[in-house]
Amino acid sequence: MSTTWETVVGLEIHVQLKTRTKMFCRCTAGYGAGENTQTCPVCLGFPGALPVLNRTAIEWTVKLGLALGCEIAPRAVFARKNYFYPDLPKGYQISQYDMPSCEDGSMIVPMPEGELTVGIVRAHLEEDAAKTVHMGGHSGRIGGAEYSLVDYNRGGTPLLEIVTAPDIRSSEEAKRFLLLLRQTVVELGISDAEMEKGTLRVDANVSVRPEGSDELRTRCEIKNMNSFNYIARGIEAEAARQIAIWEAGGEVRQETFDFDAGSGTLTPRRSKEEADDYRYFPEPDLVPVEPPAEMIERLRAELSEPPAVRVVRLGKELDLDRALVLVTGGLDRLFTATVAAGADPLAASNVIANNLVGAGVDPATVDAMELAKLVSARERIPRAAFDEAIGSSGDPGFSADPFLELEVVSDASELDPVIDAIIAANPGQAAAFRAGKEGLLGFFVGQVMKETGGQADPRAVSEIVRGKLLG
Amino acid sequence: MIDTLRLTAEEGLGLIESRQVSSAELHAAYVAAAAERDEEIHAYLRLCEATETGGVPIALKDVISTRGIETTAGSKILAGYVPVFDSTVAARCKAAGMPIIGKTNTDEFAMGSSTENSAYGPSRNPWDPTRVPGGSGGGTAAAVSGGLAPWGLGSDTGGSIKQPSALCGNVGLRPTYGTVSRFGIVAFASSLDQIGPVAKTVRDVALLYSIIAGRDVNDSTTVELPEAVELPTNESLAGVRIGIPKQVWDLAGIEPGVRASFEGAVETARALGAEIGDCDLPLSFDYGMACYYLIAPAEASSNLARYDGVRYGPRVDAPTYREMVEQTRDAGFGDEPKRRIMLGTYALSAGYYDAYYGQAQRVRTLLIREHRAALEQFDLIATPTSPTVAFPIGERAADPLAMYACDVMTIPSCLAGLPGLNIPSGRSEGLPVGLQLIGSQFGENALFRAGHALERAIGFDTVPERLR
Repeated sequence: MSTTWETVVGLEIHVQLKTRTKMFCRCTAGYGAGENTQTCPVCLGFPGALPVLNRTAIEWTVKLGLALGCEIAPRAVFARKNYFYPDLPKGYQISQYDMPSCEDGSMIVPMPEGELTVGIVRAHLEEDAAKTVHMGGHSGRIGGAEYSLVDYNRGGTPLLEIVTAPDIRSSEEAKRFLLLLRQTVVELGISDAEMEKGTLRVDANVSVRPEGSDELRTRCEIKNMNSFNYIARGIEAEAARQIAIWEAGGEVRQETFDFDAGSGTLTPRRSKEEADDYRYFPEPDLVPVEPPAEMIERLRAELSEPPAVRVVRLGKELDLDRALVLVTGGLDRLFTATVAAGADPLAASNVIANNLVGAGVDPATVDAMELAKLVSARERIPRAAFDEAIGSSGDPGFSADPFLELEVVSDASELDPVIDAIIAANPGQAAAFRAGKEGLLGFFVGQVMKETGGQADPRAVSEIVRGKLLG
Repeated sequence: MIDTLRLTAEEGLGLIESRQVSSAELHAAYVAAAAERDEEIHAYLRLCEATETGGVPIALKDVISTRGIETTAGSKILAGYVPVFDSTVAARCKAAGMPIIGKTNTDEFAMGSSTENSAYGPSRNPWDPTRVPGGSGGGTAAAVSGGLAPWGLGSDTGGSIKQPSALCGNVGLRPTYGTVSRFGIVAFASSLDQIGPVAKTVRDVALLYSIIAGRDVNDSTTVELPEAVELPTNESLAGVRIGIPKQVWDLAGIEPGVRASFEGAVETARALGAEIGDCDLPLSFDYGMACYYLIAPAEASSNLARYDGVRYGPRVDAPTYREMVEQTRDAGFGDEPKRRIMLGTYALSAGYYDAYYGQAQRVRTLLIREHRAALEQFDLIATPTSPTVAFPIGERAADPLAMYACDVMTIPSCLAGLPGLNIPSGRSEGLPVGLQLIGSQFGENALFRAGHALERAIGFDTVPERLR
């Protein structure tokens, strides 16, 4: 009898905070400036330069901690993590370590089979390293490179590291958790959390075990995955690799892999000769962080309904997947308002998640009353008019009314002459259709739509075409 | 003609304010004195142009960053490094109009008790040029005692202001931790480093302290002084309770002449009305040194990691990053920083942290408590500053432990974060002996009052005999 395996996943998420200035100095934090222009003696680690805490970063850390239901430490301590690397100008990274700001939280993830609760072990604040590019050589790593370029603009920007408990059991759960966490962060206004820009980075710790067991077997870490889909695929690939090892009677070794999404392969990072020893000790240049109780209470009062809770609520009205798309797309407020203005929920969800997003309209600029009118009229008005209306629905002062007056043409007396002309002009296709090539129906409908400037009702047109050719 | 050997900073300020002399003229006088005597003393690593006016010129230890002026901390690894910013203390001196005379010699990264660890050669004691001026701030102490500066700033981690002040016959203050900004100070051990004044009189020290002390937004560990600095005027010690640690009398290695000078100072204090009693600091004397030599090197191993040749300072080119860093650090650091980097790295390593660094932190807490208890009974604690007078150059250079023993009495109060003042108590074998007064946290004014009264009563002549 073959074993059924269960995947066990814990995630480490790095979120770059979008504070105006860096974690420990007054340099501007942000993208796009020329290399090494956003630097100063503090973030370049000049002799005698001292760190000074960014108050906003602390406040935002507390804010996220509260949103994730964490205990907020009355006293958090920064430590030095010591190692040599050119991206680390001081020779150490300042990071919270054994006394982080946030501990013991959780987030619910609505799944089709019920709610999953993912424990948040900790969320702590640290400074980011500089950006390095290793030139020459083929590995893209420092070993073997001819030379390396360092941009210290990123060095010292605030990073929040969020560590989950190994509560995730599948790539799908991981993906949904990350979508909701990302949305939480974005709604708190503390980060853009964009994987392509590196303001959101995720590492996954993966192990497998026979289903029903509660042991935790050796885990491996996967890094370098730059989209949620790649993370899901990376987890699946790693779980499959481990299952194959166990089933072949082998033993999984603790390793770190880079996931290559192109080939779907996992490449082990060169294992170090010795274990890392970061020689952590409390950072003597900083005093402990003691957030005042009134600040914590103010931030707690500012919290709005979490994304996961809204997914559960909307999931009762729609299905869970649609609810997740709306909430994690930042679309659910518009959806709710549109439905409140009289639109059918399913239709509203389709229009918002597909047409509106497809047209690149910012949902925050859309008047729900007008959108509701469009949603309700979408079967009635010409397709082209509907698309145009959606495209301009975010414009200031947009009104749906002029579009609602346009009706689709479904009257056979108006369509007949057009259809006859098109059949006459395409005798070859007409013959092929009659001979059984049903797919050509679309060709004729398309020609009619084109001829009528999109005002014909496609359903009526298909019926008439079919009748004329086969009847 | 300005007598740079005798002029106090306060007198210099009087001359400037009454327009009898300008600060530029004073600056020139000290530069001229350096030209005459510094070839022998080697107090300065470099002399500076006068760019400020209105204040009394000053000497700055070369761990203090000065914008546009090379700052090496006595190390080859910072040769040619010119800071783009002023340390807060340098900025405060400049704001007070004080021109910088020069940057003074120091043991490399302030690690040492004799300045023999300077990569640029030792300084010499103006009282006897065959002997050390103490360290690490031997340059500043030698400059003040040799008439090459009216006053100066040093840095004290475990005694680097107090001990050279004792060996050169100066007054020196290590302030309460957190009262003077460390921003721009080349770090040795961050939880211990403090900047403080060295001068010929307690009033000068108090005046300079009032200029540099107070909260700095660039140093998170600083605080505002709870009370303003007062220039002392009193000549009595009536009602002042002074505790003498019992352990002083049993301490091996205290020279008889030092002991005699200390006993004399205690009798003087009694005669001025002080109440003298025994206090007990057993852990401080037994474990202070060991505790210090875990905590300070641990922090140093991390603070010195930034010297990798990547961004500033000399670089030894090598085929790989790792080799470049290794060879740069090997060529740039002297033996003492290397020794302490190794000690500190070991003390912080996984598996040793609890037994060494962690344990030292626990001991430090006990030392803080022990001092607090003693200072509930007494206003001040008095000990000799150094067990010996200035020793011959080379005598201890090959024996790190003998060198470390110089600081046995200065270290414990540094670990406790408390202020300590050295004043000259007399001479032994013709060389200055220092008295250490330790105060409560933020108790600088009490130290200044007692120091001033004792200084007046003792009447020590701060000018080296051979230069009079």
